Amino acid sequence: MAKILLEMKNITKTFPGVKALDNVNLQVEEGEIHALVGENGAGKSTLMNVLSGIYPFGTYEGDIIYDGKVCRFSNIKDSEKLGIVIIHQELALVPEMTIGENMYLGNECGHSLAINWNKTYAEADKYLRMVGLKESSKVQIKNIGTGKQQLVEIAKALAKKARLLILDEPTSSLNEEDSRALLDLMLSFKKQGMTMIIISHKLNEVSYVADKITVVRDGATIETIDNHGKEPVSEERIIRGMVGREITNRFPKRENVKIGDVRLEVNHWTVHHPLYTERKVVDDVSMYVRQGEVVGIYGLMGAGRTELAMSIFGRSYGVNFSGELKLDGKHVHLRKSASDAIKHKIAYVTEDRKGNGLVLSQSIKVNTSLANLEAISSHSVIDGDKEYAAAEEYRGKLKIKTPSVEQLVGNLSGGNQQKVLLAKWMFAEPDILLLDEPTRGIDVGAKYEIYCIINDLAAAGKCVVLISSELPEVLGMSDRIYIMNEAKIIGEMKAAEATQESIMTAILRSGRGA
Amino acid sequence: MKNTSVASILKKNAMLIVLVLVYVLFLFLTHGDIFSSANFSELINQNTYVFILGTGMLMCMLTGGNIDLSCGAVVCLLGAIGGVFMSAQAMAMGTGVSILLMLLIGIGYGVVLGFLIAYVHIPPWIATLTGFLAFRGLGTEILSVANPDTKSLTNFPDTFKSIFYGRVFPTAEGVFNWPCFLFGLLAAGIVVLTVFMTRKNRLAKGYEADSIQAAAAKSGIGAAAILLLTYKLAYGGGLPTTLLWAAGIVLIYSFITSKTTIGRHFYVVGSNIEAARLSGVNTRRIMFVAYLNMAVLTSIATMANMARFGNAFANAGKNYEMDAISACVVGGVSASGGAGSVLGMVIGATLIGVINLGMSLIKLDQNYQRVVKGAVLLAAVVFDILSKKREK
Repeated sequence: MAKILLEMKNITKTFPGVKALDNVNLQVEEGEIHALVGENGAGKSTLMNVLSGIYPFGTYEGDIIYDGKVCRFSNIKDSEKLGIVIIHQELALVPEMTIGENMYLGNECGHSLAINWNKTYAEADKYLRMVGLKESSKVQIKNIGTGKQQLVEIAKALAKKARLLILDEPTSSLNEEDSRALLDLMLSFKKQGMTMIIISHKLNEVSYVADKITVVRDGATIETIDNHGKEPVSEERIIRGMVGREITNRFPKRENVKIGDVRLEVNHWTVHHPLYTERKVVDDVSMYVRQGEVVGIYGLMGAGRTELAMSIFGRSYGVNFSGELKLDGKHVHLRKSASDAIKHKIAYVTEDRKGNGLVLSQSIKVNTSLANLEAISSHSVIDGDKEYAAAEEYRGKLKIKTPSVEQLVGNLSGGNQQKVLLAKWMFAEPDILLLDEPTRGIDVGAKYEIYCIINDLAAAGKCVVLISSELPEVLGMSDRIYIMNEAKIIGEMKAAEATQESIMTAILRSGRGA
Repeated sequence: MKNTSVASILKKNAMLIVLVLVYVLFLFLTHGDIFSSANFSELINQNTYVFILGTGMLMCMLTGGNIDLSCGAVVCLLGAIGGVFMSAQAMAMGTGVSILLMLLIGIGYGVVLGFLIAYVHIPPWIATLTGFLAFRGLGTEILSVANPDTKSLTNFPDTFKSIFYGRVFPTAEGVFNWPCFLFGLLAAGIVVLTVFMTRKNRLAKGYEADSIQAAAAKSGIGAAAILLLTYKLAYGGGLPTTLLWAAGIVLIYSFITSKTTIGRHFYVVGSNIEAARLSGVNTRRIMFVAYLNMAVLTSIATMANMARFGNAFANAGKNYEMDAISACVVGGVSASGGAGSVLGMVIGATLIGVINLGMSLIKLDQNYQRVVKGAVLLAAVVFDILSKKREK
């Protein structure tokens, strides 16, 4: 048996009113990739924050034994000195600074009064090559994509002489290609003897990369699954541990599917990038959605799906629009405003709920009514009672877990925030819902509930467009699927006939043709 | 449980409690002088402009911590123009026409400023900095041309003065003015009635409502404050029109911010402008309205200021923008937008006003007065940030 590099013993961490971690035990061997999985709020991130010293010694109970010694970290610097480096889910890079400046931020090379820039950039370049980036370290962060930014974070960690690297949801904002490259990079680091802990919701990635998988549930470690067998551990097996029961069907069945006339139709829809105006972000797209239909749009990140949806939603993104938009068979010209789209009963549920979806510093009530304040006000005076009643109604309908609708949205978990976002748009009473990645970053249980809501919407005769980069989700939920790649729609399939293989083949083939 | 609720009540009304404590402190320091009828009138008259400009500044700050640096200079320029209208030999226009013209000029400035900020996307503090620099110069020049000897204009019509700096049904000082006190009784009655009606309404519909004690305390404190104020003012010559202006504006904007859709839009734009835009809020219009509104309120504050001093002069409105911002910040308005209330601003403005009045009553040196004001501002912000941290 290999040497145990890290052992966390009986860790208990309480916040006022909540026991976030309850007697957690974790053992990580030297040179392995250890995955932590669990639903949102299960305590994974808290555990890693204890390990890295963000929650200093004394605020928790239990012992951290690293490299055979009991450690008492009082801040991140202490843990980094021993080579424990954490890469957080939200990237912590300064867009206006160069890669090199970012990598040595707070850890500058040279004299304390004079930074040695030559050494900084030379060293930075060295580490960039190690993670497979060809960029110069003098390039500004804002000029490289998210996938590369994630690699810069890893290079930054290497520059800190990481021995135990912790990656919190490293692939959550990456497309599949970049994700795979990142996972392969992790495997190559493993060969060189690095120890890693990965936190992820993407179970296929976990079973691909991890040697051991520890399941965390309700602040306790449930089990550690060994992933050295001939077959990788199945997702169903992991999910059973995470939710404590077997989920037999991840996608709820739809009953009495009644598909009606075409409600929304776009023809030869073309949109240009707002800054690089010669670049087409949506290129000659034609598509339609029928009443009561769930239409999936599958494509890798950057394929133009969000741009398509937002441009249909009152031209909220892009410039130089051309093409035709038809509602119920009639040509419609939407002015360049979201309110015009809302008036025409279109809703766009954003993929970025924290960024441009919800007002985190306001209550559930305020967020729920926001897109349709007219419904609860007369002569633009808000009827507080009506607003409260509406928020309560949707809290019940969507099973939003909260003590009160006066609760600030920022205090809710990701899944509940997503439900509030849906509640807001359902309250606007649209006929056409454009759902952009409605289940991103939320746990299995909440996903299932969102799927049920989508099915209910379709059953109520709404048109649903489901944009997703998760193939099983698109296949499991849609009636019909459009496949998007490089700003174009490159294929259309009936969900019953589509398979993961046929969709991926279509994308690969179009890439080769171009 | 009991303890936490007491603590939360204290925290919620912290500034109000500080205000009372500071008042009591000055009560001792001035040997009761601050409690005189004359000083009640003085407190209101001195701070009318803070209440009015603070309300406008609040609306700007709600949209995302934006401020208007130009309002003090506008008070000078618009005062000079108004002064020319009313008292220059050649003009001598009537009160009504002058007020209307000043208001129109104010609106004109607001439209230009709002357009530059909302549609040309000039950062508000830069757009208003230009006014801050230019307008006082322009105003001073107008005054020195109009009256080269004193560089100021006086002799405003009496109607003008009584509208903005008069008393309703005035009586001699020391004589009890019944209309003033009856007005107080009426206002106090409305406060009590509203609190209990709201409570009854909410209970009837099965919503969360204040306990009977809380409702009694809330309405009791409000009514008592109003009665005390009007009782004191009744002995000071009657209800000052400055109070009517300030209270009217404060009440209207309280209603707008808490009950109307446009008020809600101000908060949402300040909290997350992208989410607001994608929810169908016309975010540019909100920015436009914020600065147009600020200019209108500045015009009213200008007239109140002219009437109070009976004079348009070069230093009029100096530092008013800072006073308005301070009132907002001390009153808990978020410097990054999206949070704050008119009532909070009123408490902040009153707190600063009481400190100012108290300090001049005990004849504290001007320079030390400034130091104290700075310290109060710092203390308020530190307190605000610490109490928010504790909540998390």
